[in-house]
Amino acid sequence: MKTDGGQALIRSLEREGVEVMFGLPGGAILPVYDPIIDSKIRHILVRHEQGAGHMAEGYAQATGKPGVAMVTSGPAATNIVTPLCDAYLDSIPMVVITGQVPTAAIGTDAFQECDTTGITASITKHNFLVTEAQDIPRVIREAFHIATTGRPGPVLVDIPKDIVDPTNPRSSLELEDNVEIDLPGYKVDTSVDPEAIQKAVELIQNAERPILYIGGGILKSRAAESLLELAELTGIHVVTTLMARGAFPDSHELCLGMPGMHGNFTAVTAMQESDLLIALGARFDDRVTGKLDEFAVSAKIVHVDIDPAELGKVRRPDVPIQGDCRTAIEAMVSVIRDSGSGDTDRTAWKSRISGWQERFPLVYEASTPGQALKPQFVIEKLRDATPADTIVASGVGQHQMWASQYWTFNHPYTWINSGGLGTMGFSIPAAIGAKVGCPDKMVWAVDGDGCFQMTAQELVTARVENIPIKVALLNNSYLGMVRQWQDMFYEERHSEVFLSKEIPDYKGWAESMGCFAMRVDDPDEVEEAIARANEVEDRPVVIDFRTAAEEKVYPMVASGTGNSDVIVPPSQEKEIR
Amino acid sequence: MSAESQGHRNHTLVVTVENKSGVLARVASLFARRAFNIRSLAVAPTEDDHLSRITIVVDGESAPIEQVVNQLDKLINVVDIQDLQPGHAIERELMLVTVAVEPEHRDDIVEQLDRAGGKVMSVGADSMMLSLVGDPEHIDTFENLLRPFGILEIQRTGRVALANLDETIE
Ligand SMILES: Cc1ncc(C[n+]2csc(CCOP(=O)(O)OP(=O)(O)O)c2C)c(N)n1
Ligand SMILES: [Mg+2]
Repeated sequence: MKTDGGQALIRSLEREGVEVMFGLPGGAILPVYDPIIDSKIRHILVRHEQGAGHMAEGYAQATGKPGVAMVTSGPAATNIVTPLCDAYLDSIPMVVITGQVPTAAIGTDAFQECDTTGITASITKHNFLVTEAQDIPRVIREAFHIATTGRPGPVLVDIPKDIVDPTNPRSSLELEDNVEIDLPGYKVDTSVDPEAIQKAVELIQNAERPILYIGGGILKSRAAESLLELAELTGIHVVTTLMARGAFPDSHELCLGMPGMHGNFTAVTAMQESDLLIALGARFDDRVTGKLDEFAVSAKIVHVDIDPAELGKVRRPDVPIQGDCRTAIEAMVSVIRDSGSGDTDRTAWKSRISGWQERFPLVYEASTPGQALKPQFVIEKLRDATPADTIVASGVGQHQMWASQYWTFNHPYTWINSGGLGTMGFSIPAAIGAKVGCPDKMVWAVDGDGCFQMTAQELVTARVENIPIKVALLNNSYLGMVRQWQDMFYEERHSEVFLSKEIPDYKGWAESMGCFAMRVDDPDEVEEAIARANEVEDRPVVIDFRTAAEEKVYPMVASGTGNSDVIVPPSQEKEIR
Repeated sequence: MSAESQGHRNHTLVVTVENKSGVLARVASLFARRAFNIRSLAVAPTEDDHLSRITIVVDGESAPIEQVVNQLDKLINVVDIQDLQPGHAIERELMLVTVAVEPEHRDDIVEQLDRAGGKVMSVGADSMMLSLVGDPEHIDTFENLLRPFGILEIQRTGRVALANLDETIE
């Protein structure tokens, strides 16, 4: 079929099964916006391109399908750099299309020209600058293939205006029915080496203190069910990293919850004391290991990852297994079914674990009458008043850690956050993307006041596009996480962390953006406010919860220290000795 | 001087890449971003129009070589990577060098050059341009030999390499 580049681009997206895209038009991408009018793809018009990127990420995290964003050249491309980097670090499948100045103008510092592929090369899994209209269908196919296979990640496609502009002869092309990808350097090997599986199982059978260390890769490989089977078959306890919350049910007796800098004492200590870490789709991030040479010193390591570059990048595994996590887990399960899970006595280990759980639960002190709300209390109330499969999208800061700690995640794909990059402002657009992908689920953004001010404008998008998310704003008037570090490591000298107690008026601001909004100061009003919010279905809701500024996230492994030096809340200090 | 002598081996990687614009930049920026050190780099087209070959000598001390290889392999445009083992490959480098020589020392230099297997390319009133092809150590040795005369300009290509076949003549 004879057509032009713009039509071919939209048709190619339809062929990839794209149902929704997030974006904002401008000069260079204009010709592609015209065929959108006649496409069945839903386009959501954002208020800032960063929002489009995070929405695509939230959509991808919630649905497992690639998120798609489209923006124009220059400033729009640079506005979407943060989400690209975010998606790169958290391995989120996303395809971003950017407009570019016409081919002949590239390199001349033309209006709204920037070197988009140069800027994004190191924060994308791959990027393309398409120079011929004829290549558009193939490149789009390749972009989706790369974004969604192997270790997923963001792919950017930069499209000069002349090859999509129907008035320009350079835009004409023959659209074939079959488009073949041509990627001689891209190979994905998901199979696993049976010998390595055998070795891993032997280590598992003989380990006295094994721990399943679960990362986001489990969710990417849709392996939550297989993981449950492996854990139950072997009776091995599980820790789920910040990227893997929900991959194993928090209510399960084998679940120890989140390890790492703000992980709970038992998860951190069990890893630290273990003699075998079975790392599945995890990458030994510094926020998990603490000081590396002191991390789990007596543990042998089985490391399964689809990305061979992760094996040995940080910690040398005793058994490296390159391949898909689900395939690897299933292979281990089948070997264990045949040969048994071993007869190593783990009673002592199990009782140490339950001892830690008893002595070091997550705790906070309830507020006394007249005091500001405790943020942990708000999270608990929200958790108890919402359906079990509610999706929680979080910002970055103290509120993120409390949400991860105090929520009970019993379903995969219900926790969406910015783990690797730690991007403030992530939650509102990510929640919008998740709600678009899962319209039948309740979606709550848990946000901080600092974060809220970075991307709140997307609530306008949510209202206008009819995407009824809910926002629990844990408003402590501070850049709380930074304040916590200043409290603990800079002698309480607060430098540029106080925001304001009066400005903005969040309720008024939210209302002006078309949301239903409330402000809650009193613990007794929390439940009722949440109940009211849950009833609103026709518009976004924002609840401004006024929380205690001095509250700290515990436990904490201070940056640069080892995981054996975990700082517990003051009320547990006597237990540590 | 060489890293080998201090116990860290330099690795010669022969990286076959798609012959597309920007590929060299991707490879170079990967090395910069991951803090891998490049000792030498040479790029040229190959027998196949669609492919180019990059020979990279990596400082074995800056990162474990399998990490370098695995990261390189993640670049979509990288088609193949060979980590050439010392003694299992032919490595060559070309040097062009202009040295200062008083006419009375010319014969001396030419004699040394003959012994090393080089050629005189161009002659000036009190200087000479020489070329020498050889394995990089050989070139190092000759370069050191010329130093006392005064090197005015020098250009080395960086090494290129191919794995040995069944039988090696040299
Ligand atoms: C874009 C960005 N800028 C700065 C930071 C550093 N930072 C991490 S947490 C934080 C404070 C977040 O404040 P708020 O949203 O109010 O959350 P709180 O910690 O108070 O719960 C800051 C500034 C960041 N992670 N991202
Ligand atoms: Mg705050």
